[in-house]
Amino acid sequence: MKFLRIKAIAKKELIQIWRDPLSLAIALLMPVMQLFIYGYAITFDVNNITTIVYDQDRSSLSRELVAQFRESGYFTLVADVDNYKDIDAYLDSNKARVAITIPYDFSKKVLTGRNAHVEVIIDGSDSNTATIAEGYIAAISLRYPQRVTTKTITPVMDPRTRVWFNPELKSRNFIIPGLIAVIMSVVVALLTSLTVAREWERGTMEQLISTPVKTSELIIGKLTPYFAIGFMDMILAVLVGVTLFGVPLRGNIVLLVALSSVFLFGTVSFGVLISIIAKGSQSVASQIAILSTMLPAFLLSGFMFAISNMRKPLQVITYIFPARYFVTILKGIFLKGSTLTLLWSNGLMLAIASALVFFLAIKNFHKRMY
Amino acid sequence: MRERITQMIVKEFLKTLRDRRRWMLLFGAPILQLFLFGYVVTTDVNNISTALYDLDKSQESRELARRLEASGYFVVRYAAQSPGEIRDLIDRGEVLCAIQINRDFAKDLKRRIPTEIQVIVDGTDSNTAMVALSYATKVIAKYASEQGANTVGAVLFPLDFRTRVWYNPDLKSRNYNVSGVIASIIMITCIMLTSMAIVREREVGTMEQLMVTPIRPVELMLGKTIPFAIIGLLDMFIVTLAGVLWFGITIKGSLLLVLMGTSVYLLSILGIGLFTSTILKTQQQSLLATMFFNMPAMLLSGFMFPIENMPVIFQYITYLDPLRYFLVIIRGIFLKGNGFDILWPQMAALFVLGTVIITISSFRFRKRLG
Repeated sequence: MKFLRIKAIAKKELIQIWRDPLSLAIALLMPVMQLFIYGYAITFDVNNITTIVYDQDRSSLSRELVAQFRESGYFTLVADVDNYKDIDAYLDSNKARVAITIPYDFSKKVLTGRNAHVEVIIDGSDSNTATIAEGYIAAISLRYPQRVTTKTITPVMDPRTRVWFNPELKSRNFIIPGLIAVIMSVVVALLTSLTVAREWERGTMEQLISTPVKTSELIIGKLTPYFAIGFMDMILAVLVGVTLFGVPLRGNIVLLVALSSVFLFGTVSFGVLISIIAKGSQSVASQIAILSTMLPAFLLSGFMFAISNMRKPLQVITYIFPARYFVTILKGIFLKGSTLTLLWSNGLMLAIASALVFFLAIKNFHKRMY
Repeated sequence: MRERITQMIVKEFLKTLRDRRRWMLLFGAPILQLFLFGYVVTTDVNNISTALYDLDKSQESRELARRLEASGYFVVRYAAQSPGEIRDLIDRGEVLCAIQINRDFAKDLKRRIPTEIQVIVDGTDSNTAMVALSYATKVIAKYASEQGANTVGAVLFPLDFRTRVWYNPDLKSRNYNVSGVIASIIMITCIMLTSMAIVREREVGTMEQLMVTPIRPVELMLGKTIPFAIIGLLDMFIVTLAGVLWFGITIKGSLLLVLMGTSVYLLSILGIGLFTSTILKTQQQSLLATMFFNMPAMLLSGFMFPIENMPVIFQYITYLDPLRYFLVIIRGIFLKGNGFDILWPQMAALFVLGTVIITISSFRFRKRLG
C-alpha cells in the first residue's frame, strides 16, 4: 500500500467534489437545515388545539368555563356555534379538533349543586393530540369548581404533576443529539455509494483499474474525502446544536470525536459496499442506501422513537444497525455526560461493525475488478 | 404524436423493469417502508412502568391505584417505601412515572378537605411524558368526580365532562400514521425516480440520441413522466392494499375519491421531480436535491407533528408542501369518510400546485433541449 497512490486518488476525488459545488453545498447545508426544522419548527408539544363552543346556557357560569379553556393556553377558540350540525361540519373539515357543548341547564345545576354535564367531542384521528387534549380537559374539570365559588376551596383531589430531567418537556434536547447520527448516515452513505457507482456507470472505473493502484488504496483514497465531509457535517451539527439551540454537551469532546470517527469509517465503507451491490447503477445505489441506512437510522436507532416502545422482534432487529449504538453513544455523551466506562459496549459494537463492513467492502470490490 | 409517446413509454418501462433488482426497489421497498414505519411510528403509550408510593394504605387509596392499573395505561411495578426510592427508580429508568398518595387521603376525602396526589414523570421523552400525565389526570378526575357524586349534599365536585371521541374511538395511532406513511412513501419514491431518470439520460449522454429522433420536447417530457405516474399509482395501490390487509386500516370514504386525490397528488409530485431534473446535471445532484426537499416536506407536512403547533412562519411554508394537502385528503377519506364537498380545497390546491410546477418545468425543459 503506497501513501502516494492513495493521495493521488483522494486528490482526484476532491477535485471532482470541488467541481460540483451544488452537491457539496447540499451535503453541508443538510445538517443545518435539519437542525433548524427540528429545533424551531416541530415539537411534540400540544397547544393551540382548535376548539369550538356550543353554549346553550349563555350564563356567566358557562362563560367562565369557556374562559377557563381559553386561558389554559392549550385551546384556541375558533368559533361559537349554535347548533349540532355546525359541530359536524367543523370537525369533518378539520377546522376544529374539539367541540364543547354546554347544556341549557348548566348554571342551574351548578348552583343547586347537582351534577352538571358538559359534552365534549374530540376528533380522534390524531390519537396523540386527542389523548393529550383529554388530559387537559380532565385537569380543567378538576379546577373549575374552585373558580366559580367565592369560598376558598381547592378541588377534592389535586393532581400535582412534576416532570423530571426535562422539565420544560423540550423535544429538542431529546432529538438533536440523535439527529447527528441520522444526518451522517444519510449524507455520507449516499455520497459514497454514488461516487463508486458513478465510476462504473460512466465507465471511468476501467481507467482506474488499468492504473497500478491497488484495491485497498483505491477504496481508502476514494473514501477519505467523504470521511472529511461527514466530519464537517458532524462539527457543523454539534456547533449549531450547542450554540444556537442550547443543547447541553455534558461529556467529553475527545470521546465524541473518536467514536464519531469510528461510526463514519463504517458508514463510508458501507457506501462502497452498497455501490458494489448496485453494480454501477446510481439510482439503484441510492435506493439501497436510503433503505439500508437512512430508514434504519431514522426509525430503528431510538433517535426519535423509543426502542423500548417497539415490539420484541423489531427490538432485536435494531441490534443489526450501527446507528443504534451511535445514537445511544451520542445521547449519553450529550445529555448525561457519559464516559467510556459506560459506553464501552456500544463503542465496541460500533467498532466491530465498522471493521466488518470495511473488510467486506475490500473483499468484494476486489472480485469485481477482475 | 400519440405513437411517439407510446414508444417512449414502452422504452422507459423496458429500461426500468429489465433490471430485476429494480422490481424489488420499486414495489418491494415501499412495502418494506410501510412495515417499518407502520410498526415504529406509533405514539400509543401503554403499560407505563409505574411506582406507587402509598402512604395512606386505605381502601380509597387502593381503589385509586386499582383504577390507574385498570385503565390499561399504567402497570404498577414497584411499591416504593420512601421518596428516595422513587428518585432512585426514575433515575435508573426502571419506572417512567411515580404516583404518591399522601397520608390521610381517605380521611380528607371523607371530610371534604382537598387532598393532593403527587404525579412525577420522567420527561426525557417529552411526548410519552405528556401522554402519561394526561392519562393520570384523567383517571384521577374520574375518580374525584365519582367521589363528589357519592357524597350527599356536596356542593363542590369536579365537572362531569362527557367526552366522546369521533372517527377513531379507540384512539389508536395506527390508522392515522399508516395513512400518513402511505402518502409519504409515494412522495419519496416518485420524486426521486422521475428526477434521476431524466438526469441520467443527460449524464450518460443518451439524451442526445433522443434529441436526434423526431420526438418533440413535450412528447419526450410526457414519455418520461407517464411511466412514473403509472408506477406511482401502482405503488399507491399496493401499499394501500398492504395497509388494509396487514394493518387493518379501514377506508370509510370512496375509493374513487382516493384515486382522484392520488392523481392530482402525483401531478404535483412528478412536477417537482421534473423541475429538479431541469436544474440539475448529475444523478448525485438530483438525489441530494430530492433528499433536501423530501426531509422538510415530510417533517412539515403534519405527518407526525401537527401543523398548528408550528411557529406561524413555518405554517406558511407548509402551504407549498404537496404532502400537506394529500395527508388531509387521504386521512379525511380513510378515517372520516369525507367527500368531495369537504376535500375540494385540498384537491384544488394540489391541482394548481401541480399545474404551475409542470408548466414552469416544461418551459425550462424545452429551453434546455433547445
